[in-house]
Amino acid sequence: MKRFLGFIEKEFYHIFRDKRSLFILFGMPIAQILLFGFAITNEINNVEIAILDHSKDATTGEIINKISASKYFSINQFIEQEADIEAAFKKGKIKAVLNFENDFSKNLVKEKQATIQVITDATDPNTANTISNYINSILQNYQLDQNKDIKIVYQIVPQTRMIYNPELKSVFMFVPGVMTIILMLVSAMMTSISITREKELGTMEILLVSPLKPFQVIIGKVVPYIFLSMINAVVIILLSIFIFKMPVQGSLFLLGLESVLFIITSLTLGILISTISATQQTAMMISLMGLMLPVILLSGFIFPISSMPAPLQIISHFIPAKWFIIILKGIMLKGVGISLLWKETLILLAMTLFFIGLSIKKYKIRLE
Amino acid sequence: MKKTNVIEVENLTKMFGDFTAVNAITFEVKKGEIFGFLGANGAGKTTAMKMLIGISKPTSGKAKVAGFDVFTHAEDIKKNIGYMSQKFALYDDLTVKENITFFGGIYGLSRPKIKEKTIALLEELGLQEVANQLVGSLPLGWKQKISFSVSLLHEPQIVFLDEPTGGVDPITRRQFWEMIYKSANQGTTIFVTTHYMDEAEYCDRVSIMVEGKIEALDTPKKLKDQFKVDSMNEVFLKLARNIE
Repeated sequence: MKRFLGFIEKEFYHIFRDKRSLFILFGMPIAQILLFGFAITNEINNVEIAILDHSKDATTGEIINKISASKYFSINQFIEQEADIEAAFKKGKIKAVLNFENDFSKNLVKEKQATIQVITDATDPNTANTISNYINSILQNYQLDQNKDIKIVYQIVPQTRMIYNPELKSVFMFVPGVMTIILMLVSAMMTSISITREKELGTMEILLVSPLKPFQVIIGKVVPYIFLSMINAVVIILLSIFIFKMPVQGSLFLLGLESVLFIITSLTLGILISTISATQQTAMMISLMGLMLPVILLSGFIFPISSMPAPLQIISHFIPAKWFIIILKGIMLKGVGISLLWKETLILLAMTLFFIGLSIKKYKIRLE
Repeated sequence: MKKTNVIEVENLTKMFGDFTAVNAITFEVKKGEIFGFLGANGAGKTTAMKMLIGISKPTSGKAKVAGFDVFTHAEDIKKNIGYMSQKFALYDDLTVKENITFFGGIYGLSRPKIKEKTIALLEELGLQEVANQLVGSLPLGWKQKISFSVSLLHEPQIVFLDEPTGGVDPITRRQFWEMIYKSANQGTTIFVTTHYMDEAEYCDRVSIMVEGKIEALDTPKKLKDQFKVDSMNEVFLKLARNIE
């Protein structure tokens, strides 16, 4: 045991004396969570739009006021004719144009119908979709307001309620994903690099000639990263609670336990990577390409798994991050307990055991 | 006087697939002896050494190191030997003191014992003033001397040195060999591989490996007489040429 503690002490010296690993360990999680929280977002805010108002009457004035009063849109310019629409888009500042037809009010009264054309810039399809939905809902609200006093024979009013994330904050979606990425990166990449570094420097040989057993060497290298990953998990959760007002509905204790489980899964992956790579560079490339990409693309972090083609959906089952993200979202947003997450937990546990088995099998004392 | 054997090797063989890296070598090393293990690159000396220090399993043959069988008691061997390799044995990002503490620790020395050893070691090498400097900032020769002392920390019966003086200037090499003599005189057996033929002259006995086999084994003097040459260098060249 004393030998072991000395080993861990040495590992901490390595980590704290290397500016690069310190940055990856502590700078990156904070930078990532802030980036995803503030910059990368699906919400729209203050989107600049242009208005082409052919009628310029009371009704169109009211609608325009209503739109510009919302926090989602701000009116950038008024256009006078159809021919200028294209030019306005090409300048790139505006994302949508509202085109009111001639005699808008009059038509509304006489024919009970008037038309607004909503033109959106679909170079970014998601944003275009969101913008047109937002404008539609503002128009619908206005219409309901106007018809308040009129008796209509019947009417279907859908009442939508977004639960678990009522304000549709995208940061709620990103936090579990970013947390997963960071824990994976720190645990898997950092351990695989630190183990291959000993191989590269030749010190691994010295360790293997010593009375330390190979498994003690590996565990000694891994333990410091369990601590550091835990610190990271805590920092991320605190940041998301206090800066992004993300709720943690479920048990913090369960959240902690599940995080430890996922950290161990990632560490075993890191060990596995270190057994198949001879240099630090290889270890880093394998970690980045083999772990990061699937986590970002296939775990359901950014792209919903249910809309992927069937083969990719099957592959996604084999990605540990997918299950951890489900667990995180369940605990943080839905507040569910282990009774509903036991399946995901078991899958992670099984994966961990499998990776451990594979690493032991692969771990040959081969130093040439 | 008859001294005990600390290494006994009989027909030790290592195959990698069809390739025989070490071909039935047989020799023994006596306590306190400086045994030179020579050979060209690729002759199999590193492989042979790895089998003796317990990190590579022999294919066949017998070997006992410090009284323990390499097949069944590799872990006991590890406690009784020291090892220093041509690549670095020390961590560059740890200070001299931290390195000593770490290696003392993994060999199971107690903290007070380590403290005592550290003071003695630094004094002997005259390196007290760099004790708290990172090893990475020290000259190569110093690192190798510290590295050798560290491999002796747990007072092993045998020290294996794998090309310990590679890349070091002649003066430091000289000092290094003085350290080797000193510990041999104190009863430690030295098993050393080297490329430098002048260093071979310092050994009590020398074995020369060519293509996986030991082609010559004797004192430097007898080997020179046997091949009728003046230096170990010529012995080595003659042997290598004969094989071709």
